Amino acid sequence: MSAEASAETIDPPLEIHDLTVAYRNKPVLWGVDLVAPAGKLIGIVGPNGAGKSTLIKACMGLLPCASGWVKAFGRPMPESLGRVGYVPQRESVDWDFPVNVMDVVLMGRYGRIGLFRRPSTEDRRIARECLERVQMLPFADRQISNLSGGQQQRVFLARALAQESDLYFMDEPFTGVDAATEASIIALLQELRSRGKTLLVVHHDLPTARNYFDWLLLLNMRVVAFGPTEQVFTPDLLQKTYGGRLTLLSEVAEAVRAKAH
Amino acid sequence: MTRPASIVLRDPASRMDPRKGRGSLRFLAAGLVLWLACACSTEAAKIGDLVEVRWTDQARRFLTLADPAVRHACLGTVLLGVSCGLLGSFLVVRRMALLGDALSHAVLPGVALGFLWNLEKDPLVIFIGALAAGLAGSASVALITRTTRLKEDTALGMVLATFFGAGLCLMSMFQRLPTGNKSGIDTFLFGQAAALGPGDLGLMGAVAALVVVTLVVGHKEFLLVSFDPSFARVLALPTRWLERLLLLLLAFSVVSALQAVGVVLVSAMLIIPAATASLLTDRFHLMLVWSAAIGAVSGLAGAFLSFLGTRLPTGPFMVLSAGTFFGAALLFSPGNGWFPRWLRQRSHRARVARENTLKAIYQVLEAGGFSTESVPVEALAKRRRVAPAEARAEVRSLVGARFATAAGDDVLLTPTGWQRACAIVRNHRLWELYLTHAASIAPDHVHDDAEKIEHVLGEATVRELERRLPRIDVDPHGRPIPSVPSPDAAPRTAGGAGDRPMGYGGRP
Repeated sequence: MSAEASAETIDPPLEIHDLTVAYRNKPVLWGVDLVAPAGKLIGIVGPNGAGKSTLIKACMGLLPCASGWVKAFGRPMPESLGRVGYVPQRESVDWDFPVNVMDVVLMGRYGRIGLFRRPSTEDRRIARECLERVQMLPFADRQISNLSGGQQQRVFLARALAQESDLYFMDEPFTGVDAATEASIIALLQELRSRGKTLLVVHHDLPTARNYFDWLLLLNMRVVAFGPTEQVFTPDLLQKTYGGRLTLLSEVAEAVRAKAH
Repeated sequence: MTRPASIVLRDPASRMDPRKGRGSLRFLAAGLVLWLACACSTEAAKIGDLVEVRWTDQARRFLTLADPAVRHACLGTVLLGVSCGLLGSFLVVRRMALLGDALSHAVLPGVALGFLWNLEKDPLVIFIGALAAGLAGSASVALITRTTRLKEDTALGMVLATFFGAGLCLMSMFQRLPTGNKSGIDTFLFGQAAALGPGDLGLMGAVAALVVVTLVVGHKEFLLVSFDPSFARVLALPTRWLERLLLLLLAFSVVSALQAVGVVLVSAMLIIPAATASLLTDRFHLMLVWSAAIGAVSGLAGAFLSFLGTRLPTGPFMVLSAGTFFGAALLFSPGNGWFPRWLRQRSHRARVARENTLKAIYQVLEAGGFSTESVPVEALAKRRRVAPAEARAEVRSLVGARFATAAGDDVLLTPTGWQRACAIVRNHRLWELYLTHAASIAPDHVHDDAEKIEHVLGEATVRELERRLPRIDVDPHGRPIPSVPSPDAAPRTAGGAGDRPMGYGGRP
């Protein structure tokens, strides 16, 4: 028990080493090295096409990596997936699918329920509790196509909460969400953080990123900077992330791609 | 019992060119099939001339289930309907309807080779041949999409037509062989439930049982893999194996269904019951149940209808039955059916029309300072800007709804009518007030919007408006906002200004 506890304090929730990801021979992430501290709310920011979504998908093994490895809590990612929660982009699923809100949130429990077993009353209780936490309980029986964008986003969030994970990846959880909902979501994320969870959140709005996150990962095909927000959120580093300094890298990428074909 | 071979292909599939793209290929294939269908039906008519069969006798034979062939046909079509309905649901929700089409057409060369294997109809050999061809077809689709820039629908269309063409070629070669028992091969094109043997039924039963058990046990896994595959992978579900299992089951049920429904139309039995079910429910497990039930009933109906004639093919009748169910669901499904929706719209329009008349009556009374109790129809017509005859029709509608009574050419509101009139005027003016107050819209812009909103404002919204507005006695145009009288209050009687029983919205 104590040995396990101390192991957890030593092993970082997420460790990425020399991760390279390519789409059709075109690299989108190059040599990413990263050790995420525990109990932090971490924002991933960068321009369009910087590989933000790609990074978290590759971390969870949803995309093949050209090189490198990812560890969570000291063990290779596939073994640690049971401790990983995921909020995908809202557009990634078909919202006309014949399921209701409760069905979707219960999906978050599937990993714990085990293969070929039915959700228990306890699973349903947890799912209802998670819906309550995102203020969506009154919509539990609603068909998912009859939800607004912000409501759909909160359903995904509730599903991730139902996973009861220690490390969360969230892909743009604030798109299509009104300001009030955004504030309540960020409060929820901060609460998770204060309970020792680690959250990596892809975010595309730079001004709010400064206030929302403890740490920031500035990403543009490679890690520009990673550290506490007050150290990283500097004009110089942001210029490096968003400015045109990386033209050479993308030119080389283009050349590699042309060669491969 | 068996029927002479009816397929004589002179120039089978010779024009099929996979490069022409999916549309024209499917068109060509459809043309060939149509031609074959004509050949079959003329053949059937000839036999019908020889053997006189009354359809009433046939119906009695079917309904009493006395004939073993009938029992086989019923059992087979129900099994087929259930397994195709269940797996078709997955195709429909995953937008993969074309896959069913491709798979079912791709099995034809396998069927023909199965026949050629020992020159007779052996269900197991044909099952294996068809399965191999179907899986080869889906593997070719996967290979084409992975290695070229062609998209899946194009690959599916090409593979479908090419395999089908190859199958037609093989079958025509088989027809010309001097030896061999050619009977039964044509049933694979359009299906003949009455020709199902015990071996066929054994296969169909095994497949249906496998499908039902798998989906009952793995319902939640298949649901998640279909809805959000990447989330399923994060949960460490064996997504790849689940996908393969689903494809294998799909191939199993397509192949086992061939004898009863035929290669050409089996995909329809995958898609139509599932599409019908999706109109009837919003929950996936209910969709599965509905789809299986509709599939089974369509199968039975197809078997019955094809039995009425002389050896008519089963497949087309089965698909027609399923199509009829779909049409019925489209028209009458309680939630989204055209007919219920039309009824709802009609009753809404009628309500809006009545409310507009009530509002006009209120306005006439208001213009007269509430000095009279009844309103002349001419005044109403003038206010509504309609012909007097039309105003009379509107009054009749009010009388029918017990909102008013008519005495000669005068209209008198009943207590409920008066209450409704006050409510609608109040809704209108509150909304105008809200728009000018909260949304800062100019007073002369708000009327048209309020004309629409007044009919749909609910009780809760009205309370909310009252709570939010600082004062609710006068609308932006300076007219008083009436409060709504209690239902048993007497209608406004003639009287002076002191008798403004509506109490113009004094706040408590």
